[in-house]
This record gives sequence, structure tokens and C-alpha cells, in this order.
Amino acid sequence: MTAKFEYLLRLGDNCLVLSQQLSSWCGHGPALEEDLALTNTALDLLGQARLWLSYAGEVESAGRDEDALAYHRDAHEFRNLLIVEQPNGHYGNTIARQFLFDVWHQQLLAGLCQSSDSRISDIAQKSVKEARYHVERSAGLVIALGDGTALSHERMQSAIDKLWPYAHEWFESDVIDAQCAAGGLCPAAASLQASWYASVKAVLSRATLSTPDYTGHQKGGKRGLHTEHLSHMLAPMQVLQRTHPGAHW
Amino acid sequence: MNTVVNHVSRDTLLSWLGEVMDPEVPVVSIVDLGILRDVQWHESLDSTLIVTVTPTYSGCPATEVIAQSICKALHARGISKVEVSTQLSPAWTTDWMTAQGRDALRAYGIAPPAASAARADGSLVIDIAALTFNKVSSKAVVPCPQCDSRNTRLLSQYGSTACKALYQCNSCLEPFDYFKPH
Repeated sequence: MTAKFEYLLRLGDNCLVLSQQLSSWCGHGPALEEDLALTNTALDLLGQARLWLSYAGEVESAGRDEDALAYHRDAHEFRNLLIVEQPNGHYGNTIARQFLFDVWHQQLLAGLCQSSDSRISDIAQKSVKEARYHVERSAGLVIALGDGTALSHERMQSAIDKLWPYAHEWFESDVIDAQCAAGGLCPAAASLQASWYASVKAVLSRATLSTPDYTGHQKGGKRGLHTEHLSHMLAPMQVLQRTHPGAHW
Repeated sequence: MNTVVNHVSRDTLLSWLGEVMDPEVPVVSIVDLGILRDVQWHESLDSTLIVTVTPTYSGCPATEVIAQSICKALHARGISKVEVSTQLSPAWTTDWMTAQGRDALRAYGIAPPAASAARADGSLVIDIAALTFNKVSSKAVVPCPQCDSRNTRLLSQYGSTACKALYQCNSCLEPFDYFKPH
């Protein structure tokens, strides 16, 4: 199991899990425009997940393709960050999760454009353009809802507070991250922290929201230790391929 | 049975591929959309024609339909061995759309994209702290494809497909799709 394979799984699983969570809003968005926007964001992320997981399968060389990796792994084999598997909750929760993720994601992708691995760089150059729309939109909504009515402000603040402990796992380097960064595959995990914090704080302040100041945080997703939400999400996502392996149309 | 036609010239191939339309915007061909990157005969592969395309958005569901349409169009012209290969880099930009493609979009009721969002300074990351988030003033003016009025407004950042946004004309009141610069 190479570090590169593990790292590619992390990239792919983040996109896949968040995409699947967002898809649940399809037909349930608070307005038609929001419904369209979230499902389109989910579609972008699904496309990115396919690119990462296909490459992961090739690097692994064990005969697993994108579908085998998406549908035939159990929760403990997923390598996504805990934040992306957190439940959709109300719309404020979904937007807060998206915003915190998008700011990190676009900075990570911009860094991956410089990867020493040309395939990683190609995928990142494609994805970073999509991430721009995502972050522009989610930041705009955080401001609109935070600086909206008393109720929307309160809900947005509680959503940010609730998700904050999950918004640090990506900066903490483990042996896989360190090895990949040393090989020039990716930027060092901690290197994105200062710019992430500055951007998030700027948006929260314009949204009249306060930036949480606590430092304790949740982690484990990168090595397969997940919250209960992941398996609840994987069950409906995987049921068809688990019941009828290899089914296609 | 089709007659097998090998080593058709590049110009002829391009003109044939210029008849393959984007399934989601059926008035714009894959050539006008700027997603056709290359056509090459490969002798070593028993005279297989390799058609290289680049996806618009990574999750675009039209990508597979386009690959099928390319094979179908070339098979109909007698080219039996066609392979569609995908190339990610350089990433597709709406700046590659031809003038003919832009005119066709407008005539179809879709506002063509303004110059791409790629930053002049080469920055990949959008500076969200500097955004105005004012739906009207922060965006380029998008003229109405129906009446040419420049008095239009953004209704939704996403429209009927990932590549479009939804606008409305304040003059003729007609809502319309805008092909986003990408």
C-alpha cells in the first residue's frame, strides 16, 4: 500500500462522500435555484472523485477501478475527512460545511497544480476551476445568511460553531501526508492553514458571525476512523452494487 | 455495409466532426465548443483513428454521449476503428469556443460566455475577501440574447446544466441561460 495510493484515496473520497451527501438535497432544496446549485456542485465533485479514484486504482494495480473503490469498500476503508460525512442538517449546516471545505479545497487544488506527478497536476488544474465557483457561491451564502435575519444569523452561527472542530483535520500531517509532501506530490498539509484561516475569518466577519476560538478538534477520517454518519450514507449508495455486483446499464 | 475509408485528410475529418453536436446544446458542435483537441491516425494500431477530446466540467454527463456520437458519426463515414481518448490538460476554457459557436448560441437563446475567469495574474485561487458579492456589479454585463439589452440580472449561479447560469432581462423580461466563462 503506497503513500501515493492512500493520498489519492483521500482526495477521491472527500469528493465522493461530499457529493453523495449533497445529492440528498436533490428535489428538497429551499428554492429551485439552491436545488440546482447544490446538485451541480455535487456533480462537479462526483466527476472529480471519478478522476482521483480511477488514478488511485491504476496506482494500486490490483485490478480495482473507480467503481470497485466506490462501491466495494466498507466505511473503515474510506479515507475522507470527517467534515464531509457530517449530516446535511438544515440548510445553514450544509452551507457552513460547504464553505469551510471549499476554502480549503480550492487552496489544496491550487497547490496540487504544482505537483511533481503530472497526472495529479492535470486533475487539479481541471478541478480548481470548478472549486472557484463553489467557494464563491458558498461564501456568498454564508454572508447572506449570517447577515440576514435574526433567525438565519443564529442558525448560521450555530452551524459554524458545530462544524468548527472538524475543520482542522486537513492541516494535521500524518506519515502519508508527510511522505507525499516530501516527494513533491502535494503541498504540506499545514502550509494551507494561515491562508485558510484568513479567508474564513474575513468572510465570517462580513457575515457578522464570530470566528470560533477553540482549538480542540476531531480527527481520524484519513486513517479510516469515521463517525457513524459515514456508514449510514454508504448503505444506500452501495446497496445496488453490493446486491448485484457488476450491474450496469 | 459501409466502405472502409482510411487516411482521410485532417480537414475532412474536422469537417465531419464539425457535425457532431453537443447533446445538451444541440446547435454547437464539438469543434465550435473547443473540446476537440486532436485527430490522429495510428498506423501501429492497425490504422485506428484516435480522436482526442477534453471534458468541459469533470462531472459533465454529456461526455460519454459525446464519445458515442463521435464514434457513430465516423462509423457512418466508413471509418471502422475509432478510439476516443480524453485529455485533461490543458484544462478546457470557454475561450476556445469559436466565433461561429458563439453566434449559434446567441441565435439559440443562450448568451455566449464573456472572456474566461482565468486571472490575468495567473492566480488559481479566488480571493473571497475581495469579492463584493453584489450580484449585479461584480459580474460582467451579460447582454440579453433576445433583445440585446444590457440591463439584465443574475437569477441563479447555476442553470439547466453545470456550464450555465440563469439570467433575466429587465427590458424584455425574458429569462435566459448564460454559458458561464470557465
